[in-house]
Amino acid sequence: MYSTHRFSHKHILGLADLSVEDMGLILQTAESFKEISTRAIKKVPTLRGKTIVNLFFEPSTRTRLSFEVAAKRMSADTFNISGSGSSTVKGETLIDTARNLDAMNPDCIILRHSRSGSPRLLADHIDASVINAGDGTHEHPSQGLLDLMTVKEAKGTISGLKIAIIGDIAHSRVAHSNIIGFSKMGATVAVAGPATLIPPGVEEMGATVCGSVAKAVEDADVIMALRIQKERQHDPLLPSLREYANFFGVSQKLVGAAKPDAIIMHPGPINRGVELDPKIADGSRSVILDQVTNGVAVRMALIYLIMGGD
Amino acid sequence: MVAPLLLKNGRVIDPANGLDGIRDLLLVEGKIAAVTLPGEVDGPAGVETLDLAGKWVVPGLIDMHVHLREPGQEHKETIETGTLAAAAGGFTAVACMPNTKPVNDNEAVTQLILAKAAARGSARVYPVGAISSGSRGEALAEYGEMKQAGVVAVTDDGLPVVNSQLMRRALEYAGNHELLVISHAEEPTLSQNGAMNDGALATRLGLRGIPHVAEEIMVYRDLALAQYTGRPIHIAHVSTRESVDLIRRAKAKGVAVTAETAPHYFTLTEAAVDQYNTRAKMNPPLRRQADVDAIRQGLRDGTLDAIATDHAPHSELDKDVEFDLAANGIIGLETAVPLTLRLVREGILEAGGMIALLSVNPARILGVGGGALSVGAVADVTVIDPEKEFVYGPEAVHSKSVNSPFLGWQFKGKAVLTILAGRVTYSDFPG
Ligand SMILES: [Zn+2]
Repeated sequence: MYSTHRFSHKHILGLADLSVEDMGLILQTAESFKEISTRAIKKVPTLRGKTIVNLFFEPSTRTRLSFEVAAKRMSADTFNISGSGSSTVKGETLIDTARNLDAMNPDCIILRHSRSGSPRLLADHIDASVINAGDGTHEHPSQGLLDLMTVKEAKGTISGLKIAIIGDIAHSRVAHSNIIGFSKMGATVAVAGPATLIPPGVEEMGATVCGSVAKAVEDADVIMALRIQKERQHDPLLPSLREYANFFGVSQKLVGAAKPDAIIMHPGPINRGVELDPKIADGSRSVILDQVTNGVAVRMALIYLIMGGD
Repeated sequence: MVAPLLLKNGRVIDPANGLDGIRDLLLVEGKIAAVTLPGEVDGPAGVETLDLAGKWVVPGLIDMHVHLREPGQEHKETIETGTLAAAAGGFTAVACMPNTKPVNDNEAVTQLILAKAAARGSARVYPVGAISSGSRGEALAEYGEMKQAGVVAVTDDGLPVVNSQLMRRALEYAGNHELLVISHAEEPTLSQNGAMNDGALATRLGLRGIPHVAEEIMVYRDLALAQYTGRPIHIAHVSTRESVDLIRRAKAKGVAVTAETAPHYFTLTEAAVDQYNTRAKMNPPLRRQADVDAIRQGLRDGTLDAIATDHAPHSELDKDVEFDLAANGIIGLETAVPLTLRLVREGILEAGGMIALLSVNPARILGVGGGALSVGAVADVTVIDPEKEFVYGPEAVHSKSVNSPFLGWQFKGKAVLTILAGRVTYSDFPG
């Protein structure tokens, strides 16, 4: 059904910019790429001669590795530049860094940055395509898409499902992309957590705010726990991680209120025993490792589509 | 010696004298020599005469809140370029905030500002001194010395006075030197690290919000301190509905409060920062439509006494960066008249009300002269063509910086002639 849709985006800055058709095409493309990862020789020549730069200003082994593997499986040349090794610590601005990189004619820059909106700034000042690999507390579109793919694989569909997202909605770019992505694809997204971590106006992104975690999880098809941090920049958000675990952690008991076949997700890395009971994280309902596998396929699809494949 | 000038047939709007009618204005030796019905004054032989039919002739406009950046940040603006922008916007006087480098908390900086203004200025410059030494919020600055040097008010603008006892003492001690205290109302523990108005848009953009209560709590505190000390307070750049309401209620109780807002707060909402537009980033931040509506109402009913631009020049280095890191503030001197004229055309303000908000009211608040076209007064006069259409493009900006969210806007109405003590400081006439 999506084969006639043409992907017209030069950049992937957030799921807010993508239509249902765009996301459908990305997922369909990712499904076809997933097979490559099961081959004995896990490499196709699709992007031979293309140059991809991983520009990471925040430490992230998982996402960077996932993008790098995705690019290499399609035979692109990849370069990694990390924040500590780059010139931005010497006072060079993001725009200067980008222009210097652009002078080397990369086809695509994958940016991870602690400031919301950085990928937009980069995209406005360079010729290469930009993929947002997580910016501040804004979006993490490739994570949102791999979560969509994982749920679609497990449930066969996304439309009509109830997705419960528990925890720090305010500071989680993963939560933001997931709320936008799942609600656009026709799922109901229920969020819950300490009121200090539920941002104002999150309903306008497509979420329903629940007064209790139990209410959010009730009859859910998917439970997603988010990584928790006790405080950010002198903002007293929580009394303690212990209190959080007791009242907002995803426990065995809580999972019992969801649908019997509900799946458990987490964007990682997990604070075991805080936001997620370790038995659940490692249990049969957990699809956390599928999320990692699908991450590579989704990132292959994103790189492929913005480089003009269709 | 300034040549005489005869301004004929203009619509003279002079709220201080209760005048709104077609008049001729004769300027001689830098003073207003006559204000008469058309044709009743001739002036000296050979006097330069301008036919201003269809134009407004108003007191030289006064902007009581600008940042001229000199000394210290001359790459953003200088007293020369800032007052040139003022003249181009129809202003004959500006009050400059003390957050220069170094801070204007002493007579040396005040004298430097006044000397530069005298040498190269295109407008009167009224320096505003700091409330606290270095604007550090700890000790009182030397108000007596600064007053002698020429400051007209004190404020730590750019920063709130966090310490309530210091604000109380500032109000008390400013009374000894007849200085107005201007409050930049912001509760910093609520606003810290914030980049825009708090709410759904901030959530969607992943930007930390500044809740409107951060302003209102401090507005309330400063109104309470003004009432307690019996000293006047002026609230700068009012941006929220609740602030307007607090000020309205304080006025009704007889608290000696005056307040200003800026054109962007009655024109734009937070939506202007979407797509991470740093040219709409400012502090206080742009708010919502209900706030915009309340500010318009506050201007209409007199709760807000003045329109001041909070002209805040910043270079591209300060603005072409990640939104969080971008400097707060926009330039405003050259867009104040066209933006305020929109309120007149929408029926929110009368022409006389608009001119009062931009001239006699700020003059009275600051206790400086000007703001009236009285015979014998200094000839600070602005001519506005309310029908003149133009596109506000970067090439037309006189300020050294171009950080405006209004670039590219189509405007109707602007200042076309600015006269400072009888001398033309800006002319876009005949247009
Ligand atoms: Zn201020």
